[in-house]
Amino acid sequence: MRSWVFGDNVDTDVIAPGRYMKFGVEEIAPHCFEAVLPEFARSVRPGDVVVAGRNFGAGSSREQAPAALKHLGIAALVAESFAGLFYRNALNLGLAAVVCAQAKSIRDGDRVRVEAETGRISNLTTGEILTCEAIPPHLMQMVRDGGLLAHLEKRLGRPR
Amino acid sequence: MTRLRVVQTARGILPSKDVQQTLAQKIIARAAGRPAVTPGEIVTCKVDLAMMHDSSGPRRVQPMLERLGAKVWDRSKVVLVTDHYLPAYDDESRRIIRITREWVRAAGIDNFYDEQGICHVVLPERGHLRPGMFAVGGDSHSPTGGAFAAYMFGIGATEMLGVLVTGEIWLKVPHTIAFEFDGAFAPAVSAKDAMLFLIGRFGQDGGQYQAVEYRGSGVRQLPMQERMTLCNMAAELGAQTGLVASDSVTREFLKLEALEPWESDPEAPLLAHHRFDAAGLAPQVAAPHSPANTKPVNEFHDVRPQLAYIGACTGAKLEDLRMAARILKGRKARVRLLVAPASLRDQQSAEKEGILQILLDSGAELLANACGICAGYGAHLLPEDMVAISSTARNFKGRMGAASSQVYLASPYTVAASAVAGRICDPRELLQ
Repeated sequence: MRSWVFGDNVDTDVIAPGRYMKFGVEEIAPHCFEAVLPEFARSVRPGDVVVAGRNFGAGSSREQAPAALKHLGIAALVAESFAGLFYRNALNLGLAAVVCAQAKSIRDGDRVRVEAETGRISNLTTGEILTCEAIPPHLMQMVRDGGLLAHLEKRLGRPR
Repeated sequence: MTRLRVVQTARGILPSKDVQQTLAQKIIARAAGRPAVTPGEIVTCKVDLAMMHDSSGPRRVQPMLERLGAKVWDRSKVVLVTDHYLPAYDDESRRIIRITREWVRAAGIDNFYDEQGICHVVLPERGHLRPGMFAVGGDSHSPTGGAFAAYMFGIGATEMLGVLVTGEIWLKVPHTIAFEFDGAFAPAVSAKDAMLFLIGRFGQDGGQYQAVEYRGSGVRQLPMQERMTLCNMAAELGAQTGLVASDSVTREFLKLEALEPWESDPEAPLLAHHRFDAAGLAPQVAAPHSPANTKPVNEFHDVRPQLAYIGACTGAKLEDLRMAARILKGRKARVRLLVAPASLRDQQSAEKEGILQILLDSGAELLANACGICAGYGAHLLPEDMVAISSTARNFKGRMGAASSQVYLASPYTVAASAVAGRICDPRELLQ
């Protein structure tokens, strides 16, 4: 639940560099944030949270960007705003993305707990409680199911 | 201005005449089976066309389709294009291209364009887009289709799976931000300059994931492929899509029998309406590492690129090659100049027009009709510390090669002029 704080307009090339896109997510993930924070992929721990400013995930439609973060064990994304395409991709993969106007009050290294369903973020380091935007109701069931694939599987009935 | 004269473009309910709606609302309403929709509401739309390429397409969706035991909802509505991993030069890319071809055969997809160029250019070139269509693409530059008054936007691979299985997608009906350019753009100033200017002025999230609509006499005068550049870079502006109302230019490009007018109602509410004097726009350059890092070209005269790149769906269509040729005719490039025409057909047209020869005579090296360096792929990735000027859409850190490389974005005019001058150069000085 350590927070890793980034700035505005973090792009998908930084999250998942294009030259590794030909590989699977397990080979892309070690290069996540490589150009701006080379130690990120080896230092991040399951349950950690990525916090950012405006327009997180700008750029490509590549789903490998949220997939790499999920693969590294990131539990939730918190940002002042997300690039729309990235936001859809994250939720489709079952990775919670919480829009939070006060995201910048979280400092790098703060321990935070994110409740995506309600949009409540507890900063355990400062004791501050942030009331942010809950995931929209029409998407919450899909996120609860673990993403769009699992949601469709449930909806269509498992074939085998 | 007259009210929309409704011509049925596709099946379904006709736009409401009682409510003033934007072009975006009208298309979404039709796709949602409703007479009208309101910005902010969540609707489910039937998809008229789903486009995929080799990178985000079959290699990603096939395993998920298999897991669901599902088939494509309507194979006549799916278009596949190979453009990312070409030319295939290693085992991974050969495998990705092979998977694409095999899936196309197995799924019975007839609309397959293999080694024909970049999807956003090939799709309208082969007549797959029509005004009023609601379309999705497995690529962030899918808003390019909005130039044809189609609502088209990019989605990721899992969301594409959802479309392939259900034929539907949810959408929050967008507000529309109108960018109006009045008058004519100056010589050697292009749609690319307009977009770099807008992204610099409003930021990478200036589009707020809403619809942006380009209007005004300046836009009406632009040829189709320049309008495509406007809509293509709606992605860098952070909009869900970019749109241009249909007119005679649309009709001629798509070879439609009749005009299919899709446009905003004159009183439709807008989130914002920004008006600019087109003639006042100077060539623009975006410095590393953001397309929003834009200033007029004359502020960059001391930058000396080692490579000039004319490529991608944004910057190497026939119209873009024509711009470059207007500068390069009878001149030699002083720096390495790479040209990757955006489609095979555009390259063939350029050859017929004599443009290709002009480029080659200037010293340009011709690359494959594919995404190439812009997608961070291929043999020409930028090495450490290289400074490049590029007609592509994105100069994010490390996107086109080493993290230490520096990419300046500009129009094909400015890239060509800079290649000749050996420094970033105002193309108005060299236009002939």
